[in-house]
Amino acid sequence: MSAFSFSDHRFGYGPRASASAALTDQFKRYDPRPALIAALAPRSAVAAELAEYRAQTREMRAEIKGGADAAQGKEQQQAARKMVARAGRDHYATAVEARFATAVASEAPFVERLVHFWANHFAVSADKLGVTGFAGLLEMEAVRSHVLGRFEDMLVAVEQHPAMLLYLDQAQSIGPDSPIGARIASRGLRKVGLNENLAREILELHTLGVRTGGARTGYSQTDVTEFARALTGWTVAGLAAGPTARARGDVGNPGDFAFAPPVHQPGNRTIMGKNYAQPGLAQGRAILSDLARHPSTARHIATKLARHFEGDEPSAALISRLEGTFLKSEGNLKAVYTVLAEAPEIQAAKQVKFKTPWDWLVSSHRALDLGAGTNGRLVQVFTQLGQPIWRPGSPAGYDDVAASWAGPDALFRRAEVAEQITRRVAANADPRALAERVLAGRLTPATAQAIARAESPMQGAALMLVSPEFLRR
Amino acid sequence: MLNRRSLIQLGSLGLSAGLIPGLAFARAATDKRLIFIIQRGAADGLGTIIPTGDTQLMAQRGTLAVDGGTKLNGFFTLHPSMVETAKLYSAGEAAFIHAVASPYRDRSHFDAQNVLESGGTLPYSIKTGWMNRLVSLLPEGGKGAIALSPTIPMALRGPANAASYAPSALPDASPDFIARISQMYSGDPQLHGLWDQALVTRSMAGDAGNARDAAALGTLAAKVMAGPNGARIAMMETTGWDTHSGQKARLANQLKNMDALIAALKTGLAADWANTLVIVATEFGRTVAANGTGGTDHGTASAAMLLGGAVKGGQVIADWPGLGTPALYEGRDLKPTLGLDQLIANSAAAHFGIDPAQANRVLFPEMVAGKRIEGLVRG
Repeated sequence: MSAFSFSDHRFGYGPRASASAALTDQFKRYDPRPALIAALAPRSAVAAELAEYRAQTREMRAEIKGGADAAQGKEQQQAARKMVARAGRDHYATAVEARFATAVASEAPFVERLVHFWANHFAVSADKLGVTGFAGLLEMEAVRSHVLGRFEDMLVAVEQHPAMLLYLDQAQSIGPDSPIGARIASRGLRKVGLNENLAREILELHTLGVRTGGARTGYSQTDVTEFARALTGWTVAGLAAGPTARARGDVGNPGDFAFAPPVHQPGNRTIMGKNYAQPGLAQGRAILSDLARHPSTARHIATKLARHFEGDEPSAALISRLEGTFLKSEGNLKAVYTVLAEAPEIQAAKQVKFKTPWDWLVSSHRALDLGAGTNGRLVQVFTQLGQPIWRPGSPAGYDDVAASWAGPDALFRRAEVAEQITRRVAANADPRALAERVLAGRLTPATAQAIARAESPMQGAALMLVSPEFLRR
Repeated sequence: MLNRRSLIQLGSLGLSAGLIPGLAFARAATDKRLIFIIQRGAADGLGTIIPTGDTQLMAQRGTLAVDGGTKLNGFFTLHPSMVETAKLYSAGEAAFIHAVASPYRDRSHFDAQNVLESGGTLPYSIKTGWMNRLVSLLPEGGKGAIALSPTIPMALRGPANAASYAPSALPDASPDFIARISQMYSGDPQLHGLWDQALVTRSMAGDAGNARDAAALGTLAAKVMAGPNGARIAMMETTGWDTHSGQKARLANQLKNMDALIAALKTGLAADWANTLVIVATEFGRTVAANGTGGTDHGTASAAMLLGGAVKGGQVIADWPGLGTPALYEGRDLKPTLGLDQLIANSAAAHFGIDPAQANRVLFPEMVAGKRIEGLVRG
């Protein structure tokens, strides 16, 4: 019982009233597209709202140039911006609720945890206007469908997702010597060109990593720029911004990935000593394919997975087995997760991970069988707990070590939230039995005593949620 | 064993700072205050302390030019958003340092922030933060460090005692529940320490604990630092500086917020402002030339600010490298001519009366000592 419960906490999101399936059996139980997620607004709808806002902005500018009242125009423009921002926030909040409800109810919490791991690995941040409405879709579309597949497929799906292309400014990057780049330069209209953001973060965060094993992974600033040149033309249909939008020839369904040949930087590219002579879209795609199989990528991913499951300072042995399996299987993620599920290092470890706010709130709702209802304040609750979902504020995502989460104030907030959510615990519930079940095998006398002496079942349940045993996994 | 009633009493006492031994911010033997404000995301120093006297400026980044601003001297202009900071400059309470950079020479935000905060020369080579090590150099000062953020940032991590605090919009926990948690954590060293710090900080913040905007955050920071029991060392974080696109409007807004924060610190610290040194710095600068999307990309050198009554203000320190392309670092970035680690070590040493060699050794143990940057702090 206690070993079983242990793996529920470490690999999943803690027990529910009914027991979870064995870890590798959860691969079969996982549903990539449960009803709540399938019901989210599609990317075409999000894109249409943004496109309309941009069209309005362009129109307004033209009217002002043509002599219309500038102050009035600006006012209308601000109103339009507010509207599109609100629509984005609505999509975002609905997606956060769907994510939370799915995790709370899941019969495959190990796989759900892995989905959230990858969404954080490929982080976008919803605080950018164009990204807010798309942020949840990156996880729902690109990550959920590939979480049990190949790393390369997930990588490509993520880098071609509108949320990523917009977040890291790729959608507006223009090859200086592309037909459009050259034309604009010759007219001297305004400076347009390359944006290195996506290329840099793919190398540094998504694949090779900057500091794998303490050593540099062998790419230079020149490689970043070359990769950025190769990626020019990767954009989002229906959302190309700026004076070149029309000339790019917007193709495809709004919100879908599109390749725009007129802005692609022509020529061969050299990255880390390898020559890429492919034309157009195939060039960036070939580079991604090589990056997905690179030994530094295997090391980077292995280290992050080990840190997430074994502890903040993972062992070299586990990292090396994960790395070996990743390389040998060419990024077969199920094979890599199986190494995790069978790792003796993890089974032997004590409670070593301090839960993130997400971990903690999901496992709290599972433990108390509260369902996912939070009175529609879920987004704010995560903000108050210090981990707004899909909004880490940087492409590096959230940290995965205790030092980032175990702060005095952060701890206090969990107590505040615990007291709020346990108001919904039934007055005739027995928190002692609850603690025995949820914390089976690890409940300490101090916690058991605190819970037994609570003044009400609600307070007993709240104490369990902030107990040392429940704050860690 | 404590009975329930005495537990509740202990809990309510815990809410009042200074009554539980070892928990309060001990009255340090120094009255000096140091606030480090990090600009996460690589703030554009060239757009903040603008080298309007450099003939290459318009050619390199004319599209980003702004009107107005405050002439600092014959060469530099302060961005027009920083109205209150300009007043500090003319009152001799603000100094700027330009073309300054940490030892880090790549362009990753995360690694660069780690170098700036840990005080190493390579990312992740040092596991504690320079502010935490500074605390260890202060007489009895080890109990008064705080980060105005929900968790403790790298610069304040380490063995010395540090707290963190950020305003919460959640309903308050009940005193009885708080007291029971205190008891439950008594056998868990990590949670016990965190919990006690949370209680002390909350009682100090009092009704300023609802800060929402930059000015309110400055007021809150001042509140936990002012007076004899105030924290001596604080760190504040600002974000949103990564202006790859739409820089003109975004930077103007960022600087407006920073300006409001600084003004609120001065107002809130009142008499203690005279003893205060505020250091504002970022992990690296941005490219000299504008990019194709109305912004700038990751660069190298940037600008730093020293603010406060303890500053010998009214000066801009720079060994100006020039903006012409041949003068740029790797042909694209402002070349660093002064060290940010040197600036911090020298200023902190002068401010707290620490031996400069010791400050160098403890705060930045891997530093290759460069040009000393002195005469900026009254000491």
